[in-house]
Amino acid sequence: MEILKIQDLSKSFGQQPALSHIDLVVPRGVIFGLLGPNGAGKTTLIRIINQIIDGDSGLILFKGEPLSSKHISQIGYLPEERGLYKKMKVWDQLIYFARLKGMSASMAKEKVKYWLEKLEISSWREKRIEDLSKGMAQKVQFISTVIHEPELLILDEPFSGFDPMNAEIIKNEILELKDKGITVVLSTHRMESVELLCDEIAMIHKSKKILEGKLSDIKRKFRPHVYQVALSPNGTQMPAEWGIHRTSDKVEIQVPLNGKRPNQLLLELMSFGDILEFREILPTMEELFIQQVKSHPHG
Amino acid sequence: MGKIFLVIQREYFSRVKKRSFLLATILTPLIFPAIMGLFLWISVGEKDGFSLRIIEVVDENDLFFLESSEQYAFSFSKISREEGKLMVQEGERFGFLYIPKIELSKPAGIVYFGEKNPSMSLISTLESSLKRTIEEQRLYQSGIDPNVIDAFRTKVSIQSVTLDNAGEEKISDATVNYGIGFFAGIMIYVFIFVYGNQIMQGVIEEKSSRIVEILVSSIKPFQLMLGKIIGIGAVGLTQFLIWMLLIGTITSIVMGYFGLQMPQQQAMEMANPELGLLMDDSFDSNNIIQVLQGIDFVKITLMFLFYFIGGYLLYGAFFAAIGAAVDSPSDAQQFMLPVTIPLIIAYLGLFIFVLDDPNSRVSFWLSVIPFTSPIAMMGRASYGVPAFDLILSMGFLVLAFLFTTWFAGKIYRIGILIHGAKVNYKTLWKWITTS
Repeated sequence: MEILKIQDLSKSFGQQPALSHIDLVVPRGVIFGLLGPNGAGKTTLIRIINQIIDGDSGLILFKGEPLSSKHISQIGYLPEERGLYKKMKVWDQLIYFARLKGMSASMAKEKVKYWLEKLEISSWREKRIEDLSKGMAQKVQFISTVIHEPELLILDEPFSGFDPMNAEIIKNEILELKDKGITVVLSTHRMESVELLCDEIAMIHKSKKILEGKLSDIKRKFRPHVYQVALSPNGTQMPAEWGIHRTSDKVEIQVPLNGKRPNQLLLELMSFGDILEFREILPTMEELFIQQVKSHPHG
Repeated sequence: MGKIFLVIQREYFSRVKKRSFLLATILTPLIFPAIMGLFLWISVGEKDGFSLRIIEVVDENDLFFLESSEQYAFSFSKISREEGKLMVQEGERFGFLYIPKIELSKPAGIVYFGEKNPSMSLISTLESSLKRTIEEQRLYQSGIDPNVIDAFRTKVSIQSVTLDNAGEEKISDATVNYGIGFFAGIMIYVFIFVYGNQIMQGVIEEKSSRIVEILVSSIKPFQLMLGKIIGIGAVGLTQFLIWMLLIGTITSIVMGYFGLQMPQQQAMEMANPELGLLMDDSFDSNNIIQVLQGIDFVKITLMFLFYFIGGYLLYGAFFAAIGAAVDSPSDAQQFMLPVTIPLIIAYLGLFIFVLDDPNSRVSFWLSVIPFTSPIAMMGRASYGVPAFDLILSMGFLVLAFLFTTWFAGKIYRIGILIHGAKVNYKTLWKWITTS
């Protein structure tokens, strides 16, 4: 069952449409990538899901129910532009955010303690945010997003501001949360993290949804039908359009399928030597992203 | 509601726990008693420190008598003018008063020699006592017994009494009423500005540090705004109550220590004996107590709290909206005018119209229109306000507070999410009409 279902959602600011007729389904327990260029409408969509602003028309269902304020405690949100109270201590701040999400005082204390220990930052609990480094503050920020154990986690550019070490920690935390059954909506420009983390994606461009589905399905759908082949050649001349790359003991080539079946192609290739590698080339998210944006100039 | 309370709690404790709050709260009320105490200390020290000041008096008429006081002793002798001057020069005497042979109808040529400039009080004491002797002498010469004149000297003072509906009489005094109105009005004016500004700063901080987006995903913007306004208001109220307590306690300790718990009149008499003579009965301490008893302090305190809180809430929402519309405090200036102008009108109105004539038509309107009423009504409070005026004014204030908060809420909820945009009155209007 889906955790979030969006039907025909539209929102405009004055004459400017921010979202037009968006339909979206986020299944439970997946990491869902929300992609799109700057100004596509991602932030507006995220703000509507977080009930910060209202849509003009359309319906949002959270676990089958129309989204309402009682769901606030089940959603965690890490905005792209984020901050903490500089003068407040780490501990007080986390307790405050947890309580605002509806946690009881005792529960909040227990959870803050758990997370501080988990991320090995218990020693900072009495420090003010202004005395922490940016990366340290980001860790605190991440805790504040997950502290109330939401069922749906919305992360807008979660890795910005982290050094590679801390980004790795956060990435592992996200994967761990997924294993616990938490659904994560991830909005990012870093296609390599989409590739690494996301099960499903949706792409928004100029207020419209242009793509949605399982990452693997989408990749397959947009594959160029070209195979990466490595073989030790027997001397037979190969067509130049294969992009031949020779090394001392093997030849690497990229062979288009040209309407043939893979097995057929493999048979043909065997006449050029011993096959060492035979693998279909799938598009990277980076390529897909650019290609999709270019092919939808008007969204 | 629970979430608003969390916000109130945070706003309250994050300010009250600050060292600067503690300092401001404790030091401010200490300043007044400290200054008062310093002056008293100096003046008391002066009296103790110097021995009696002796003033040599030469009276060629053998007519005058000067009574020695705590500070000054008068020594009468028959030395020459030059000898007297020498005594002052050599420091043997504090001063030298020379009274030549004078005509009583036209006394002239009386000279005081001193090493230092004599104080006003010394000269006026000398003058008045010489004057009295001359006057008495002249009356006597005209065949009138000065004692008879004394018997005819009549003092007049008007006692003002207010009558309420039930016919109960209360002794009132314009000066005391003026003082109460003045003090209460200014307190509210200052309070609105100081704490309104804190609301604005707080909103700007949350907006510019981008915490606000996280906050509004947990709590409605309107609740957040309301929580902030109430929380900071509670800080102000706390500070105010502590001040009152401290000022009261410290003042009485200071006064008690110096043993100066005397009625005002006595202090004035000391400075100017003639004034004391005139005011003898009209202003005794009994009367002040009666006047104070005639004022309904419970009612005034309740009114003060109502307008204190009401005025703060009314303007607090505006300050929050301004903070939400801008990115930094320096940008806020352009929107301050609509807040500052009514407050200044109220402030000036308090002095020009309300305290001058609390029952005039202008005073009525100033104290009923919600944007000026919190300050203006306090000017009328101690004079007694008709129930109708009071209910009208309070009702309007509550309605206006609800309106401004709703209105400001619309600006607030959009403004907090908008960064780096050039905001002017036109954009504000667009926000209000589109949300």
